[in-house]
Amino acid sequence: MGLKRKILELHKKREEVLKGGGDKAIEKQTAMGKMTARERIISLCDAESFHEYDLFVEHEARDFDMDKKILHGDGVIIGTGTIYGAPVCIFAQDFTVAGGSLGLMHARKITKIMDHALKMKVPLIGINDSGGARIQEGVNSLAGYGEIFFRNTLSSGVIPQISVILGPCAGGAVYSPALTDFVFVVDKISKMFITGPEVIRTVLGEEISMEDLGGARVHSEITGNAHFFSKSEAECFDQIKKLVSFIPRNNTVKATRFEPGEPRPEYNISEIVPGDPKQPYDVRDVIKAIADDSDFFEIQELWAANIVIGFGRMNGDTIGFVANQPLVLAGVLDVDSSDKAARFIRYCNAFNIPIITLVDLPGYLPGIDQEHAGVIRHGAKVLYAYSEATVPKMTVILRKAYGGGYIAMSSRHLRADFVFAWPTAEIAVMGPEGAANIIFRKEIMSAPDPEKMRKQKVKEYKEKFANPYVAAARGYVDSVIEPEETRKLLLHAIEVSGNKSVFLPQKKHGIPPF
Amino acid sequence: MNNLDCEGKKIRCKSLIIDGTKYRTTLNKKYQVRKPYAKPEKNKIYSFIPGTIIRIDASVGQCVKKGDSILVLEAMKMENIILSPVEGVVKAINIKQGERVPRGKLMVELGFG
Repeated sequence: MGLKRKILELHKKREEVLKGGGDKAIEKQTAMGKMTARERIISLCDAESFHEYDLFVEHEARDFDMDKKILHGDGVIIGTGTIYGAPVCIFAQDFTVAGGSLGLMHARKITKIMDHALKMKVPLIGINDSGGARIQEGVNSLAGYGEIFFRNTLSSGVIPQISVILGPCAGGAVYSPALTDFVFVVDKISKMFITGPEVIRTVLGEEISMEDLGGARVHSEITGNAHFFSKSEAECFDQIKKLVSFIPRNNTVKATRFEPGEPRPEYNISEIVPGDPKQPYDVRDVIKAIADDSDFFEIQELWAANIVIGFGRMNGDTIGFVANQPLVLAGVLDVDSSDKAARFIRYCNAFNIPIITLVDLPGYLPGIDQEHAGVIRHGAKVLYAYSEATVPKMTVILRKAYGGGYIAMSSRHLRADFVFAWPTAEIAVMGPEGAANIIFRKEIMSAPDPEKMRKQKVKEYKEKFANPYVAAARGYVDSVIEPEETRKLLLHAIEVSGNKSVFLPQKKHGIPPF
Repeated sequence: MNNLDCEGKKIRCKSLIIDGTKYRTTLNKKYQVRKPYAKPEKNKIYSFIPGTIIRIDASVGQCVKKGDSILVLEAMKMENIILSPVEGVVKAINIKQGERVPRGKLMVELGFG
């Protein structure tokens, strides 16, 4: 055979495999409103940048007539490409081939690209669209999942790991996304659960649709399993690209620097926060008044919205923002918001991203449900995460910083590097009403007009303690600043912290309360 | 602040009291649908899992000691022997042998003395 013929043979072989599960299966995929695995990768990567490997991999299963079945690429595509010029490793399960089911070789392809990502220290992006374990391959398929989970854990904190759920991801398969840093879901397309509606119906007699059990909205609003929600696959890929532009490609380098611009003038920092600490506002407007170009990329926007987390830039470099949100549940810390903030703080610390914390919270959410849900151990995660974080930590106290909430929100005591407070800050053991009621209980109760006395005592307490100066007098606050000075001072603080080094006691690892 | 959410709907603020102070804020869905706390009653035996009653060991009027077998509830391929949590008298049995019960069904009520 001549070279030409051999090349023709290669073309033919490629063509055959690139058909995936065939026209009928592709038609079905499209009818579900889904792109094919290859279309997805092409939409995500820079043009012409993707290169596929293991195209000709075949399974070796024999039982249940599997030896007669040809599964192109064994139902998964792996390869490398670039996003905005940054190299990434990608796998995408191909639902058109045996429902994207995971067998031994399918898993080996995934672990191959995972090993590659860790070795080359580049982000890993996994597109999940699979019916689950390939039952015919039995324990080999379980072994495959285990090998993936192990690598997810090994890579955690070394390279960014991104999971994209574009179809079903059920049973044990959900644990790979759960172990990764960011999970993207798309409305009506993503489905994640451990046991599906069918099992729940037969075992428990409870009826629920797939969408209501583990659809994109559920995981974005209720469970917190997902980080980014979008209405279409195209929008989802735009979000992934934006995320990739913000994060460093591994834990030894900085994120790509962007040419910085000033915040937009419509975000006037002096006019966002009402003076009355009981009135709400959207703290995201404060972040936008501080960050370069007013560009703030929010994470987990719909879940535990009483705390806001996400990325912005300061002088072109990526910064993690954490802020209490007075607009939702008065900005309290509770089980979910503690979980959300703590994980993000640890992400920033692992990837050397400085953290700016904006504080305005009345404390923890009171409630039997909160106490019984373990708000003690969940709340402790925030303390743990801030305390162990050695990246530059800048704190701005906008208004309320009461009690345990004050300590938890990146206070000086947890080794914040810079603590600034606005003149509107109230740093105290609790709100004036509560404090006055306890301290002056006897005077209030024995007064001829208790309500009048109560009001007077609240006013007294407010004047004396509801300000930043008591804390500033002890050095817990470094500087009381005007809102307009915030960006300037934060930029300076970040510049000064460029070579920050902290020595921690030697240990294998800590034992955070999870 | 613009009082509109991301979908352009008007934001309706409610009050949330923390340490005696009333804050104006919105309440999220999870907070609004939280279940009110109910004190557990030891003398009431509820099904902790949906399943089938395959045996009833106690009868109405019978005195039972703490730890006596009351019934067997089969669920998830396991036979769960339900023991009396207290000493008392069986006041009511609300299930029959062979019955399929949902979770949280009040199966047996015990009385004291």
